[in-house]
Amino acid sequence: MAETHSPARRPTWREWLTDTEPASRGQARLGRAYLAWRSFTGNPLAMVGLFIVVGLVLVAIFADVLATHSPIAGGDLRTERLKPPSAEFWLGTDHQARDIYSRLVHGSRLTLMVVMLVAVIAMPVGLIVGTVAGYVGGWVDAVLMRVTDIFLAFPRLILALAFVAALGPGIENAIIAIAITSWPPYARIARAETLTIRKSDFIAAVRLQGASTARIIARHVMPLCMSSVIVRVTLDMAGIILIAAGLGFLGLGAQPPSPEWGAMIAAGRQHIIDFWWVATMPGIAIFIVSLGFNLLGDGLRDVLDPKAAK
Amino acid sequence: MKRMAMLVAAGALMALPLAPAKAETPPDTLVMAWQFDDIISLDPAEVFEFSAAEIMGNTYERLIGYDVEDVSDIFGVVAESWDVSEDGRTITFQIRQGTKFESGNDLTAEDVVFSLQRAVKLDKSPAFILTQFGFTADNVEEKIVQTGDYEFTFEMDKAYAPTFVLYCLTSTVASVVDKDLVMENDVDGDLGYEWLKTNYAGSGPFAMRQWRPNEAVVLERNENYAEPTPLTRVIYQHVPETSTQRLMLERGDIDIARNLGPEEISALESADGIKINSGDKGGIYYLGLNQKNENLAKPEVRQALKYLVDYEAIADTIMKGQVQVHQAFLPRGFLGAVEETPFSLDVDRAKELLAEAGLENGFSVTMDTRNTPDITAMGEAIQQTFAQGGVQLELIPGDGAQTLTKYRAREHDIYIGRWGPDYQDPHTNADTFAANPDNSDDAAAKPLAWRNAWEIPELTEKTASAVLETDPGTRATIYQELQKEVMDTGPFVIMFQEIEVMAMRDNVNGFVIGPSFDANQYWKATKE
Amino acid sequence: MALTDTAGGGRTRALLSVSGAFARFAFMVAATIVGLLAVTFFIGRIVPIDPVLAVVGDRAPAHVYARVREEMGLHLPLWQQFWIYVRDVLHGDLGTSVLTSRPVLDDIARYFPATLELATLGTVFGALFGVPLGVLAAVHRGGLVDQVVRVVGLVGYSAPIFWLGLLGLLVFYSQLGWVSGPGRLDVTYEYMLQPVTGMVLIDSALGGDWAVFKNAVSHIALPTALLAFFSMAYISRMTRSFMLNELSQEYILTARVKGVSERRIIWRHALRNAVVPLITVIALSYANLLEGSVLTETVFAWPGLGRYITNSLQNADMSAVLGGTLVIGVVFVAINTVSDLLYRLFDPRTR
Repeated sequence: MAETHSPARRPTWREWLTDTEPASRGQARLGRAYLAWRSFTGNPLAMVGLFIVVGLVLVAIFADVLATHSPIAGGDLRTERLKPPSAEFWLGTDHQARDIYSRLVHGSRLTLMVVMLVAVIAMPVGLIVGTVAGYVGGWVDAVLMRVTDIFLAFPRLILALAFVAALGPGIENAIIAIAITSWPPYARIARAETLTIRKSDFIAAVRLQGASTARIIARHVMPLCMSSVIVRVTLDMAGIILIAAGLGFLGLGAQPPSPEWGAMIAAGRQHIIDFWWVATMPGIAIFIVSLGFNLLGDGLRDVLDPKAAK
Repeated sequence: MKRMAMLVAAGALMALPLAPAKAETPPDTLVMAWQFDDIISLDPAEVFEFSAAEIMGNTYERLIGYDVEDVSDIFGVVAESWDVSEDGRTITFQIRQGTKFESGNDLTAEDVVFSLQRAVKLDKSPAFILTQFGFTADNVEEKIVQTGDYEFTFEMDKAYAPTFVLYCLTSTVASVVDKDLVMENDVDGDLGYEWLKTNYAGSGPFAMRQWRPNEAVVLERNENYAEPTPLTRVIYQHVPETSTQRLMLERGDIDIARNLGPEEISALESADGIKINSGDKGGIYYLGLNQKNENLAKPEVRQALKYLVDYEAIADTIMKGQVQVHQAFLPRGFLGAVEETPFSLDVDRAKELLAEAGLENGFSVTMDTRNTPDITAMGEAIQQTFAQGGVQLELIPGDGAQTLTKYRAREHDIYIGRWGPDYQDPHTNADTFAANPDNSDDAAAKPLAWRNAWEIPELTEKTASAVLETDPGTRATIYQELQKEVMDTGPFVIMFQEIEVMAMRDNVNGFVIGPSFDANQYWKATKE
Repeated sequence: MALTDTAGGGRTRALLSVSGAFARFAFMVAATIVGLLAVTFFIGRIVPIDPVLAVVGDRAPAHVYARVREEMGLHLPLWQQFWIYVRDVLHGDLGTSVLTSRPVLDDIARYFPATLELATLGTVFGALFGVPLGVLAAVHRGGLVDQVVRVVGLVGYSAPIFWLGLLGLLVFYSQLGWVSGPGRLDVTYEYMLQPVTGMVLIDSALGGDWAVFKNAVSHIALPTALLAFFSMAYISRMTRSFMLNELSQEYILTARVKGVSERRIIWRHALRNAVVPLITVIALSYANLLEGSVLTETVFAWPGLGRYITNSLQNADMSAVLGGTLVIGVVFVAINTVSDLLYRLFDPRTR
């Protein structure tokens, strides 16, 4: 950054991005993002997390190519059941003589879908409820926070169970149920953040300029709350995967024979002592993916949440 | 604070190796691990659940009993003898003298009459086993009458086959309760109902001491029983996880594990100090095909699906040792039970049949599947073989209560279920598989034939006539015909008969596995 | 968790406003609980499970079914059923569980202490290990302890609990024999105990039955260790994050400049200020253990509240579900209220 601007030469992308005197809002934003990316890539663990998550996405996309067997159709019950890992079945077979490796590969799609949809549904809800409650205050705050508390006070797995029971089993309903139980903590975080920034000078300045409440919340409060909520959501991904697994474990997640990882563990738990691989392999898969999201969340926190980064 | 944490940590670590070096249950106590969260009551007039039925069988006595080895051998227990009147409608029972309840009260005809009348008046779920002989809360006092200290008469509305009546009196609802003790606990004329749910007033070999739901049931020797039991105490421990049951058995913390799966059983077969016992049970696994579904209503489709289940492979692998292939609605051991198994996996035959029904390209259908490991595994295996015949089966998982609610509302396509007989007479299953008096949606009776919307006026009539047939040979023939008819044309793919398997420590002897849960007996069991 | 800093000052004023707001809080708590009950109640009623089935079973004749349905009040309109329920609750009657045939209050009085005992020990040990570990991780950021905390945290966050539970039983109970198996006591000891509080450890200690006490400890050790591990994973991570926040504050720098010893800075100054959000975190993790240990309870055959509620829900035994939810809801609301109060009390920015 010591270089001076030379009108004879167009600045490189890097220079443009790291310019200390950005010429436009867009440049400033991109510049910030670039710096964040740089600090992110400097963190090896965060990179491992990113690598795992990207890997998950790739596996999900190329599942058909990667799988060696059908994830659904089983082999011969008498001869190919509960086989240990081998050259033919890389991670062994389950109680229906299905190839566990191929099921895991295809199951990645379900896992990814659960995680993404829950984030897409729960995060905006939490963000809106939290910022509106925190910014508007008064009885709106009281009402919204009571509703939040009601949902927060619910036993979480039990609420999800109840919703799945009411909506009928299946992966889509499991996702809705998990989303319904996930937003309250985000709302509380967003509210807490909003409370600390709503009295700040720049909000007062924006208000004096005549901005509407909705605009202030949407354009000025929400973006500031966003980072801590995103961090929390990423850290929660592991929990979401585990709740989905818990529902699968109780037989209320994905429908058999779909290769949902939690349901695979549940089906394998009867064999855990003699045929360890049946329950352990999906357990390891869940562990690795959760790990990936956690590392990614940690890295994101360091980058996006300056208070924790110092 | 750090030092404190260290101290606590050290303390916690030192406290860890606390368990006794060798786990062992006391020599006079039998400890069983069992999933018994289905118990909702321990009142014999209300009990209708497997685990509670077993407890009733060992704590109360009934009028009549049967030999668990040979069900056709009926004998008196509380009753000493009986006579059937000439018109066949009245039975006079003589009660055995000298029996005492656990409370010390004498057991007389008064108690027996009270118990039967009480069950009819309370009218709980199993009461129909008695009321099917024409009793109602209003007339029962005139129909079941005490005629002496140790004699009473039992007057029915029709001349039913005597064996049918006697088998019904072997069921838990005909258990004899201690009238004086129960009436001491009567509240507002409830005949001691609220009290007896969680207490005990019987004369069986064991006395029920304590029931802590989802935790434990404790039985103790009844000192007033004619032949005092070798064991002082029997404890059921509720252990929901089967792997946990297995570890406890291996370690010796329990004597019997009741819910192990096939793989766990085979692993324990060779284990030191553990033996496996098993016995036939009356439970039947079947698929119910709802006739409201237009595809399933076609006779060829019903037939085809019976060829699309790999009975043998399932019985040899997924359900190994837990079931045997059985395709008639009466389990082995019942009067007239058909043991032929004409169906096996035959994809070509099934495809032909489907083509005859105009479904060359197959069809899609759903199956409501209880989310227990065994039912789910069977469902998945059936899904595989159905697919070979071009039938796309979608499994809809759910809790027991949830799938059952749907089944009872006839909202299913296919339901995979298990049916256990209520008593040892063939009528119990014929009445549900081969009778459907009213196929309308608001029918009063909802037998399995109704639940699958199978309209069968002739079979219903035939089933009703069988209970009035006094000649056992003719009766058996009728039941055989009924079974064959259901097997050929019925909307039931009957697949297996249940086997109950227990893994126990090898010092446990004399535990009898009977054909029904109330016939599992351990009053002669010992531990050496 | 908001990473708020906790400068002192203005506490007296806060206290006044707190006492003034107390009545409002009481009202809010009541509103939350009624809302909680309403949501539970209506979910319970739209669940497609027939609650009558749990009572009469599958075989009952139609007239028995109809009568029981009426006895359970299910023929009344929903709002009326709810009103009757709330009225009974206000009279201290939580109804009767159809699955256990006992008053729900009695059931809770038995299951809740079992869960409470387990969750309390789990949280206490989780905090005892988690807080110091978290502090050390923050102080030696990037060092060995930090990595250990990270790994422990990730395993705690990512591993399915029932899987670890079965593994624990297999190793420490089945193979090594260090601890006793599932259940709360050996069968031989079951009779020797006079229930007072319902918590086996306390009851046996009160009665001076040290043999029973020792046996109870050997039973509770493994599930406690498991829950403690999970709560430690959470607490240590949050502690680390709060401490990092505190250590970057100016007053720490001031203290350093003044020559206060590093140990004193960390344990006296920084930790003290991190304590408020930390209490919230520990309380929340405690509340989570109270309801979230269904799977642990299943693996260890522990007769706890989580399993009671789940089991009741699966049979649409709504009195039991509502009663259990009420207890857990009250705990949650209490914790949230306290954490709200603490924030208001200690963080001037939120006023």
